[in-house]
Amino acid sequence: MNSNTPSSSAGGPGSADATAPRRNSKRPKYSRFTQQELPACKPILTPKWVISTFLLVSFIFIPIGIVSLFASRDVVEIVHGYETECIPSGSRNDKVGFIQSDQDKTCIRTLTVPKDMSQPIYVYYQLDNFYQNHRRYVRSRSDQQLRSPENARETGSCSPEDTVGDTAIVPCGLIAWSLFNDTYHFTSNNGGQIPINKRGISWQSDRERKFGRNVYPSNFQNGTLIGGARLNESIPLSEQEDLIVWMRTAALPTFRKLYGKIEVNLRQGDVINVTLQNNYNTYSFNGRKKLVLSTTSWLGGKNDFVGIAYLTVGGLCFFLAIVFVLIYLIKPRQLGDPSYLSWNRNPGGH
Amino acid sequence: MDSNSQIEMNENSCKVPDFTLNTSSGRSISSFQSKTSGGHSIKEVGFTELGSKPVRHGSTGADSEVFSSSYREINEDDARLVYVNDPEKTNEKFEIAGNSIRTGKYSILTFLPRNLFEQFHRLAYIYFLVIAILNQLPQLAVFGRGASLLPLSFVLVVTAIKDAYEDYRRHRSDKIENNRSAWVLVNQQFQQKKWKDISVGEIVKVSGNESLPCDMVLLSTSETTGVAYIQTTNLDGESNLKTRYAKQETQMRNLEDEEKISWLIKCEKPNRNIYGFQANINIDGKQISLGPSNIILRGCELKNTDWALGVAVYAGRETKAMLNNSGAPSKRSRLETRMNREIFFLSIFLVTLCAVVSFCHGVWLRKHEDELDMMQFYRRKDYSEGEVENYEYYGWGMEILFVFLMSIIVFQIMIPISLYISMELVRVGQAYFMIRDNQMFDESSNSRFQCRSLNINEDLGQIKYVFSDKTGTLTENKMEFQCASIGGLDYSNGKAITDNEQAEYSVQAKEMVLRPKMKVKVDQELLTLSKSKNSDKGRQVHDFFVALAACNTIVPLTVETSDPAIKLIEYQGESPDEQALVYAAAAYGFMLIERTSGHIVVEIQGERQRFNVLGLHEFDSDRKRMSVILGCPDKTVKVFVKGADTSMLSVINKSLNLNMVKSTEAHLHSYSSKGLRTLLIGNRELNTSEFGQWQSSYELASTALMGRVALLRKVANNIEKNINLLGASGIEDKLQQGVPEAIFSLRTAGIKVWILTGDKQETAISIGYSSKLLTNTMSQIVINNNSKDSCRKSLEDALVLCKKLSTDSDGEASQLALIIDGASLVYILDTELEEQLFVLSSKCSVVLCCRVAPLQKAGIVALIKNRTDDMTLAIGDGANDVSMIQRADVGIGISGQEGRQAVMASDFAMGQFRFLVPLLFVHGHWNYQRMSYMILYNFYRNAVFVLILFWYVLFTSFTLTTAITDWSSVLYSVIYTAIPTVIVGVLDKDLSRTTLLKYPQLYGAGQRQESYNGKLFCVTIMDTLWQSIAAFTVPLLAYWGSNVDTSSLGDLWTLAVVIMVNIHLAMDVTRWYWITHAAIWGSTIATFLCVMVIDTLPTLPGHWAFFHIASTKLFWVCLLGITVGALVPRFVVKCFVQYYRPNDIQVAREAEKFGNLRDSQDEPQGMNPIFYPPRR
Repeated sequence: MNSNTPSSSAGGPGSADATAPRRNSKRPKYSRFTQQELPACKPILTPKWVISTFLLVSFIFIPIGIVSLFASRDVVEIVHGYETECIPSGSRNDKVGFIQSDQDKTCIRTLTVPKDMSQPIYVYYQLDNFYQNHRRYVRSRSDQQLRSPENARETGSCSPEDTVGDTAIVPCGLIAWSLFNDTYHFTSNNGGQIPINKRGISWQSDRERKFGRNVYPSNFQNGTLIGGARLNESIPLSEQEDLIVWMRTAALPTFRKLYGKIEVNLRQGDVINVTLQNNYNTYSFNGRKKLVLSTTSWLGGKNDFVGIAYLTVGGLCFFLAIVFVLIYLIKPRQLGDPSYLSWNRNPGGH
Repeated sequence: MDSNSQIEMNENSCKVPDFTLNTSSGRSISSFQSKTSGGHSIKEVGFTELGSKPVRHGSTGADSEVFSSSYREINEDDARLVYVNDPEKTNEKFEIAGNSIRTGKYSILTFLPRNLFEQFHRLAYIYFLVIAILNQLPQLAVFGRGASLLPLSFVLVVTAIKDAYEDYRRHRSDKIENNRSAWVLVNQQFQQKKWKDISVGEIVKVSGNESLPCDMVLLSTSETTGVAYIQTTNLDGESNLKTRYAKQETQMRNLEDEEKISWLIKCEKPNRNIYGFQANINIDGKQISLGPSNIILRGCELKNTDWALGVAVYAGRETKAMLNNSGAPSKRSRLETRMNREIFFLSIFLVTLCAVVSFCHGVWLRKHEDELDMMQFYRRKDYSEGEVENYEYYGWGMEILFVFLMSIIVFQIMIPISLYISMELVRVGQAYFMIRDNQMFDESSNSRFQCRSLNINEDLGQIKYVFSDKTGTLTENKMEFQCASIGGLDYSNGKAITDNEQAEYSVQAKEMVLRPKMKVKVDQELLTLSKSKNSDKGRQVHDFFVALAACNTIVPLTVETSDPAIKLIEYQGESPDEQALVYAAAAYGFMLIERTSGHIVVEIQGERQRFNVLGLHEFDSDRKRMSVILGCPDKTVKVFVKGADTSMLSVINKSLNLNMVKSTEAHLHSYSSKGLRTLLIGNRELNTSEFGQWQSSYELASTALMGRVALLRKVANNIEKNINLLGASGIEDKLQQGVPEAIFSLRTAGIKVWILTGDKQETAISIGYSSKLLTNTMSQIVINNNSKDSCRKSLEDALVLCKKLSTDSDGEASQLALIIDGASLVYILDTELEEQLFVLSSKCSVVLCCRVAPLQKAGIVALIKNRTDDMTLAIGDGANDVSMIQRADVGIGISGQEGRQAVMASDFAMGQFRFLVPLLFVHGHWNYQRMSYMILYNFYRNAVFVLILFWYVLFTSFTLTTAITDWSSVLYSVIYTAIPTVIVGVLDKDLSRTTLLKYPQLYGAGQRQESYNGKLFCVTIMDTLWQSIAAFTVPLLAYWGSNVDTSSLGDLWTLAVVIMVNIHLAMDVTRWYWITHAAIWGSTIATFLCVMVIDTLPTLPGHWAFFHIASTKLFWVCLLGITVGALVPRFVVKCFVQYYRPNDIQVAREAEKFGNLRDSQDEPQGMNPIFYPPRR
């Protein structure tokens, strides 16, 4: 409209001022930036774009979904819960009493391999209903103390497992105190040992930088209440891999922790005898314990969710692409047609 | 009109002493109005045809005396005693400020406490602080100390640095100002002193073109008459010169010679009324009164005067300039008000979330009551000491309370505090672009657009009503003499004079040619008549032009030109109408050449004649006329009067020549229906006794100490009667460039334009036609009544008529225009009739209010504002518009001819009315769209993050563990996602300027609140819920029962939500600049970097987690899945709505891209046929 015409002083009286030399015009310097006229890309969702976007998504998602589903199906997993089975039938009424007693807790279970499993086979223990992400729990640790012997007394955040008497507990805190202490030994049916490699089960970064090479456990599990495993005081923390794994607290209340790796292949139908020490008290809070043997795929463990989700989204997008094609065919609208402007539309027929 | 800086009150107004309307007394206006609104406090209705702004000079100040001092003479308590040239004595008894000024707010010592105090005035910061303090309690420590204080301290530090810088600049300018030097009389000679050392009572000498260091009473000047010219540009923006006088008694004395000056000035306490001053001076026992014409104010410049001597009466912060130094008004935008409502919903939502968490926690605790002591991850009992005690367990109830408080800390950003900061940044950016807009730069006044209030940018996009002043706003306020009616004959065939002819009315003087600076159209017949002196007609013409040349307060100044032989004569005065009249007189050969306080010299047809000015009754808005008593060269004494027709007709002696009066009235009517401003001019010869009587009472009145103004008015009323009518003049006030087009666009956009003017009804209507506000197809409803009952009747009739018209004509209802005058409004506003007026006016498409007083203007704005939700905008240029500007939702000041009062009170200021179009349609639209989107997006952005935290909490036995690290939660709204919203909020444009200007209807989006409303808020929250669920559950299910650790999963969530939020924004950006790309993708990359940096710290539990999880393929698969899965519903809905239910903006955007509009729709611009029926 009028705004494009440069403003000028109107003629007539007063125009004499305009002839006076304009000393310092305050006219803003012109630049495309200040006038908000920078070059710009103005994408608009045209039917072409919309349909191709949906098709593109479905073409990416469906293959990924299929591949993930296959990967998940390829994973062979043996899950064996033993928290009830490993209590002598006489003590099953008082599981907590049993687990706290000094009785022998050895328990032998047998597992059958459902399918061929190629090495490495990962051995996990799985805990259900164990809130390793509980606020009281996650805070009860001292990362300073773990790193260097000078910080042994940095136990401020560790209570109630901070000190015994006046000496600091290393490693302090509830997490370390509750270290999982069931143990597993595998023998094959023919009596041969299946060795479990417990080296390299923790993160290298943790071994190198988080847990000190010269920090040794001391005072550990010396209190009245024993929470879990004891540590060999002659081995530095950086080599206590079970502890390192345990102290990477799990994100969810159902979690697995790596126990070790079996580096031999297992055949379908193999029977494995597991000799386990059922030491860990999950009975006081109805937690469950499972032993898991699993192979891995490129996507990790056995989990169909990713595959299904990808297939769903991909399928949905394909469906939507078709829907939009139909919409554009059945009820086309010319883009930018001014008759769609509200003031051009028939006032009655909104 | 449009000029009176004073609001006239009736008698009861003296209850409020010192009430003046100026830049910062907006509050008092409203309070005042409510106080006096019951009666007809607004005595002044039609504001003066005289159009002069005489109120600006003496009489204004004098007016204020009416209620400031005349009833309450300066008594000892209220007075300031200034002993001239004796600063010690002056200062000893009173606490008088020195002349150093301090506009800086802080000193180095007070900076920290004061600045913090000021910052914490904002509710948002208090919220921040309370949360941070809560977090410091050991039981509630959710975040690390550092992390919890970071956001607050970041904001505080940034604001403090900004404040400190601003203050530093103020200090620096203070220092420069304080260290300027002036000549001060010390021990009988003038010495240089720094400004800051000047104290009250000292005598200061100021040379020409210097600015004045403090408020001073003028003692003497280089002119023998004691006149001094000052320019008040810095004070009120008026560039014309004003005259100030030294009293003859002081002018005569040579102060340097006098050993001891024992004069005493008794003056008012410092106040901010720049047009008023009341004092008297005691010179050697003789009392002389001082008025506003005797004082010169700090900030003004001395012009055309070699030097002036004055005694400082107010210094430093007590000067009127400093007292008037007030900040911009603070308003809150509609959008922000709405936003606060939504924030209230969000708070409820937040509390609900917290309640859910604490409730579930309570249940969980109950359920596991027996197990808590031993449970490895709870361990209620501490066995390490001898005694077994509870460890960090305070009982069931307390635990629930703690969890509740902790959840507030964790979910705190549900209330988007960062939004307030982002909004401020965005507004600064928007203001930057508005100020820099070339199309809102006014060449003629060399002024840019000004944003004085930073809080209401987005209101500009929602305006429904525009209230406009007329003079100076729609018109240029540059008056042009058009025609005259003299002796009952109309002379209106003026045509512009060429340069050759111009010589005819230039004047030979001392080998120099004097020529008026401005050319005026001249009627040849009248020109010939004006030269013949002897005919009866000629005498009348002569008297008429003498009156034009003499009856004013214009000061002639000579200006050098390139040709040394020719000098231009320039008439400086405060009223453009008077200027126009004097130029006209000059064009007809009656050239005003010299004016002092005692006489004037007029060159009449080449003959220089001297008139003694025996007395001058200045214009006041009560009488609405001014008069001057001249001793003419022929030894007669005559009174010349000019004034508004209504006031003049009552004093004219009609018996003398009834026919002439009648025909003049007819001419007046035709002039005003042409849109001209009319004045009547008359004179009367005074006989000796009359003159003597007048003289004695005049002298008595003008030296009176009590009620001077009232007395003078009475004297004036006595002399201004039985006036012999000479004629009338018609002055044109030209419409500003582009006004009709602008009004047309505004109305096309569905904005109701109301014109509120002090002009007469005829003038207003004719302006209405010429500005295309009124068209011939409209039916006009005119209401001008003088009693309440007749008002009620007219309103009822009008409503009936309305109904009839709307039922009669089907489809194309004919439009209604309501014209109502101030006199009727007196009976309508603030009474029960208001409601009827509102109903009526809402049915009319055009409303013209004429002869309205300033307070009525505000009342009309309030009429609409109080009854509708529609946004109102008031635009005006004069002091009389201040109340309306402050009352409206958005106030715009035109920085034009009439000083800066309107600008000072406004939220935005600009040079021309037509800039309203780009301001509203382009910037207003953009601001609104940008701000609404930004608010909704910020709600979404923070809520989605909080919800992800919340879902996770449900899997931690409700103990508020966060998988996302403290630092990431804190940085989320500060670094990860802050910059893109601000950039998009400042830069994104939904439509181009050209499109917006071409289709004013697009403005309707803002009026209909299409971009921010409850529905959109709900949709956004639903979308937020879905997105948070998608972002949370994909990793949850993908990693369920795996050996993933908290930190790794937390990193996944952090990155997922940031990417999701940024792509969400990217989907909604309509224009991609490189800056937008940089901001959105840059901040995504920055997030990755930050997460990496956080994870390299070995002291944090999450050490190296990112690198571990990022090396697995599942991580990337999840990230992709989350982003797509979360955004698909939004994308689908967006596509669907854009295709099936396109709004105007969408269609226009497509058209812009594919160019259909330009080709297919060049016919009447797709204009609304309802609003604009074809006129042919």
